[in-house]
Amino acid sequence: MAVIQLAGIERVFHLGDSVVHALTHLDVGIEAGEYVAIMGPSGSGKSTLLNLLGLLDRPNTGSYHLEGRDVTTLSPDEQAEVRSHRIGFVFQSFHLVPRLTAAENIALPMMLAGIPAAERAQRVAQALKDFGLDQRAGHRPDQLSGGQRQRVAIARATIMQPAVLLADEPTGNLDRATGDEVIHLLEVLNERGMTLIVVTHDPKIGMRARRQLMMEDGALKSDSKQDNPPGPLSGMPAAKRNPGYAERGGDGGSPAAPAPDAPAADGPAAGAA
Amino acid sequence: MRTADVLRFARDAAAGYPLRTSLSVLAMAIGVAAVVVLTALGDGARRYVVNQFSSLGSNLVIVLPGRSATGGFSPANALTTTPRDLTVDDAFALTRLPSVRRVAPLTAGNSEINANGRLREVVVAGTSSTYIDIRSFKMAAGQFLPASDWNRGAPVAVIGSKIQEEIFGGRSAVGELIRLGDRRLRVVGVLKSVGQGLGMNTDEVVFVPVAVAQSLFNTNTLFRVLIEARSRDELEAVKRDVMAALKARHGGEEDITVITQDAVLATFDKLLRALTAAVAGIAAISLAVAGILVMNVMLVAVTQRTAEIGLLKALGARGATVRDAFLAEAAMISLAGALTGYGLGLLGAFILRQMYPVFPAYPPDWAVIAALATALGTGLLFGIMPARRAAQLDPVQALMKH
Repeated sequence: MAVIQLAGIERVFHLGDSVVHALTHLDVGIEAGEYVAIMGPSGSGKSTLLNLLGLLDRPNTGSYHLEGRDVTTLSPDEQAEVRSHRIGFVFQSFHLVPRLTAAENIALPMMLAGIPAAERAQRVAQALKDFGLDQRAGHRPDQLSGGQRQRVAIARATIMQPAVLLADEPTGNLDRATGDEVIHLLEVLNERGMTLIVVTHDPKIGMRARRQLMMEDGALKSDSKQDNPPGPLSGMPAAKRNPGYAERGGDGGSPAAPAPDAPAADGPAAGAA
Repeated sequence: MRTADVLRFARDAAAGYPLRTSLSVLAMAIGVAAVVVLTALGDGARRYVVNQFSSLGSNLVIVLPGRSATGGFSPANALTTTPRDLTVDDAFALTRLPSVRRVAPLTAGNSEINANGRLREVVVAGTSSTYIDIRSFKMAAGQFLPASDWNRGAPVAVIGSKIQEEIFGGRSAVGELIRLGDRRLRVVGVLKSVGQGLGMNTDEVVFVPVAVAQSLFNTNTLFRVLIEARSRDELEAVKRDVMAALKARHGGEEDITVITQDAVLATFDKLLRALTAAVAGIAAISLAVAGILVMNVMLVAVTQRTAEIGLLKALGARGATVRDAFLAEAAMISLAGALTGYGLGLLGAFILRQMYPVFPAYPPDWAVIAALATALGTGLLFGIMPARRAAQLDPVQALMKH
């Protein structure tokens, strides 16, 4: 079953007198467990698409089914509920709350969802361990490195065990090596079954995904899945699907191994399975 | 989001910007402190006056010569109301009224006291032995004036504590001879200090028998007659009886004025309560200003934390949750300001009381409750708009601001 099904999506912005078609005639289906890169030049509509997928924005026309449920007709509060439980966000600039510690930032979605404090503490402790942050639990974001900040953000995005993880230029504010680590971490999460959608303008990162959606002027220019119809390979780990991955990724480590910063035996996405 | 989490989140948010938060807390605190101190002043003035009247003695009725004309002056009045003086016999006649417990005549004037080689001007009050009980004075040494025929006074005097100090220094004055005008009198007692009593400082008065004072000032009239009723309930009866008795003695002419302490007290009480309320109202303006400041601070907070609000929404916060968090923050700032201001106000009132011990500067309960409620109310009221603005932010736009 498709976890995401977009049909006839249009998104129009009015900027003064001019009308901008941010998205036009978009029909895309994404299966559960897929690893998708949305690519394209700036202004091509990829961020608008990500906002739509994350229920932060509504299409003018068309329908969006998330896990078989039409979510475009939901009330704002119902959409908030869906965001809370089914969608995880990772941002380019991390978007950590500066006055909260790493542990408190990770606990934020659970707090907003009204989960009792005892359960929150337990799950945060597990997440800190999984993401190799247990020494950084009490640090505030300004006391963390860029890579650590993004790991906190990823831990926060996955703490509610969402169906879909949306990453908007997750390596945009990081140097090459740290960026690779973060991508690796996301890929491990994907291997554990989480649907991963990454927006990027960096072709090297985009090509690591099993499926590329190329956007241009608000329309889908190419979809690697339709160019190469899905075969028995879909659903297999990224490393085996994408030949480029083994060469570029993994700092010399085994591609199937957990992320370098997550040495725990059961891996970062243990709870997400 | 659980209520405890909302409160904790709001507290951390307020604590995250210490300067801004403490400034708005300070503004609110000053507003509340102003109300507390100013009403303490106003109510202190009221209590001060009430205490002064109470120190006159309870159940007191005062008779003044002359009619307090309320109809203005007219030739008819001038012809008919040639006021007859109050005399000692008038006063003595009042002792026979059933509702009256005690009567004290009072005549007063200025004279010079000369004793122990020192000289000073004093107020001389001629009265009777009953005066001390009516005014509830206490003796520091010796006795008050002896009970005797009001028309034949013994050559004795009772002096106030300040006179004793200035004329006799630290020495006991009882038994000493003083010269008052052309009279030689023996001091039989010294009054305990009571301080200011409505324009007449009792500590600087020499009390002598009414007959002595009348011959000293060469008069046969009285300045006042003080009457103590048997009970508070009988004040009106006393007033009526006294009026009737003196009218009969003065040939059917109502040429006296009878006032009760209650009437005077009620007027002052009303006046000063109104004054306190007015002062509280003025101080409340500063509370409104503080409320607007809290609104301003919260609007700045919403602008400053736009990205955070966008994030909260992306993480699944509903609009109501965001609104509650900001409202709770405004409420906390107001509450902290109100409590701090209450403390500052009490401290200010305490300092006032230390500086002016006779002045009972305690804030009235109603003012404290009103100030705290107004502070919280304005804080919440002015917090609504910024909180709603935060709740209505578009998450996509909000997330872009970073």
